[in-house]
Amino acid sequence: MSVVGVILSRELKSYFATPLAYVFSVIFLALTGAFTFYLGGFFERGQADLAPFFSFHPWLYLFLIPAISMRIWAEERQSGRIELLMTLPVTMGQAVIGKFLAAWIFTAVALALTFPIWLTVNYLGDPDNGVVLTGYLGSLLMAGAFLAIGSCISAANKNQVIAFIVTIAICFVFLLSGFPLVLDFFSAWAPQGIVDLVSGLSFLSHFDSLSKGVIDIRDVVYFLAVITAWLFANAIVLELKKAD
Amino acid sequence: MIKAETLTKRYGAITAVDELSFTVQQGEVLGFLGPNGAGKTTTMRMLAGFVQPTSGQAEMCGFSVEREPTQAKRCIGYLPEGAPCYDEMTPRDFLGFVASIRGLTGAEKRSRTDNAIDRLNLGSVLNQPVGTLSKGFKRRVGFAQAILHDPPVLILDEPTDGLDPNQKHEVRNLINAMSDDKIIIISTHILEEVAALCNRIIIVSEGKIATDETPDTLIRRSRYHNAVTLQFEPTGQPDQAAAMIGQLAGIDHVETDAATRSITAFPANNALIVTAIADMAREENWPLEQLHLEAGRLDEVFRSVTTPETVQ
Repeated sequence: MSVVGVILSRELKSYFATPLAYVFSVIFLALTGAFTFYLGGFFERGQADLAPFFSFHPWLYLFLIPAISMRIWAEERQSGRIELLMTLPVTMGQAVIGKFLAAWIFTAVALALTFPIWLTVNYLGDPDNGVVLTGYLGSLLMAGAFLAIGSCISAANKNQVIAFIVTIAICFVFLLSGFPLVLDFFSAWAPQGIVDLVSGLSFLSHFDSLSKGVIDIRDVVYFLAVITAWLFANAIVLELKKAD
Repeated sequence: MIKAETLTKRYGAITAVDELSFTVQQGEVLGFLGPNGAGKTTTMRMLAGFVQPTSGQAEMCGFSVEREPTQAKRCIGYLPEGAPCYDEMTPRDFLGFVASIRGLTGAEKRSRTDNAIDRLNLGSVLNQPVGTLSKGFKRRVGFAQAILHDPPVLILDEPTDGLDPNQKHEVRNLINAMSDDKIIIISTHILEEVAALCNRIIIVSEGKIATDETPDTLIRRSRYHNAVTLQFEPTGQPDQAAAMIGQLAGIDHVETDAATRSITAFPANNALIVTAIADMAREENWPLEQLHLEAGRLDEVFRSVTTPETVQ
């Protein structure tokens, strides 16, 4: 097994060795259910699709993903285990990718556990399962982007609570960067080019088209680019801060 | 071979380690001593590749720690200060994880892991989460991790900290058993440990090397080296005896401690004075509780080396 694989499997096991995995999965499933049926009006709409299910994912992730990501590096630095890990023959890139992938796979498992809602909609009607699939793909990619941001912020802070709050703030800006709430802040002083750039960074607009069944390669590339950029920053931040 | 060339680490305006240079050869057990904050741990971390030096460089078995970190780290076994470990893992899983990271597989992985478990006596706790173990066991798990791949270089930051006397004894035996074909660097506060384990001592003070010698030569620097201490019974008269010893040849001066009814005679130029004093004690029939020759006191040398303002 490669070094990344060894780190990944150790991390993944540690999620399930603590109550974290179970608490997270149960709350995630309970909230997706509640939001879909009560706020999303799953039955009242009378349509056989999962739009009310996916439309709440960005907001659930906004609070739940930082709860996973906050510990990724902050805990290692706080406990001194980072010294152990970084003195093994492991490169910074392998460690960052291994830990990120473990967290991503863990959220993928939680996401996969929402399958009963897919069974339900198939039982009740005749949905376009292609749209459902791209919805899941978009949701997973967005979760990855949130995790990458959170992992980087976690590396910058020994304190998990600070990492949690800062991650929420940054993810919130990324979520809403296509909306007046964020854009007005820039349009007052920045040239139009920058405003357009910021509005193009919105998670919501990129996720929206995927959840509607449109696989635009640009949306996929967008999320992968966000993940790569934040993981790269993560490695740099960690290199600077690991021994503090 | 380990080579450190003008290793320097600055944190802002503070220079934690100031141009340290030394080489260590196979078979050497180097004790790294110094007061808290002298730069011991920072030096260890630079050698192990955890902290980037501000300038200078370290070399492990021919690999530059900065330029070829992975190869350098392969030949090091490192026990960080406090022996951090994954609390939710069992020692078996943890050692398996480290073995896999180090690229060990199959039968070799199993035999190396079993060997480390055996040497550190971890058999009884193999399947308990590390977080539930005592401090001594945690330290041994960290130690097992460091020797797992039979590395040519062992860097141990306070390996016996928190162990009880029996466990300290075991760890020392272990280090002694491995010392012939390895390079071992130990940092510690415990001076008796250094004397028992090391064949070379570097004392650092304020980031610089204060002394670099063998324990034998270091202990000779103690003013107590070859001094003779006599302790009297309550009926004895230490002051009178002190005056008589002061007249002997080769005595520099005599110190009296009334509280313990003992006197210590210091030789001039390291002369051997114990025979003359013992003869005199017998002739005069002094009521002695004990008489002994001092080998020297490492703690006293340590103090004099690391607090330069103390005038002897």
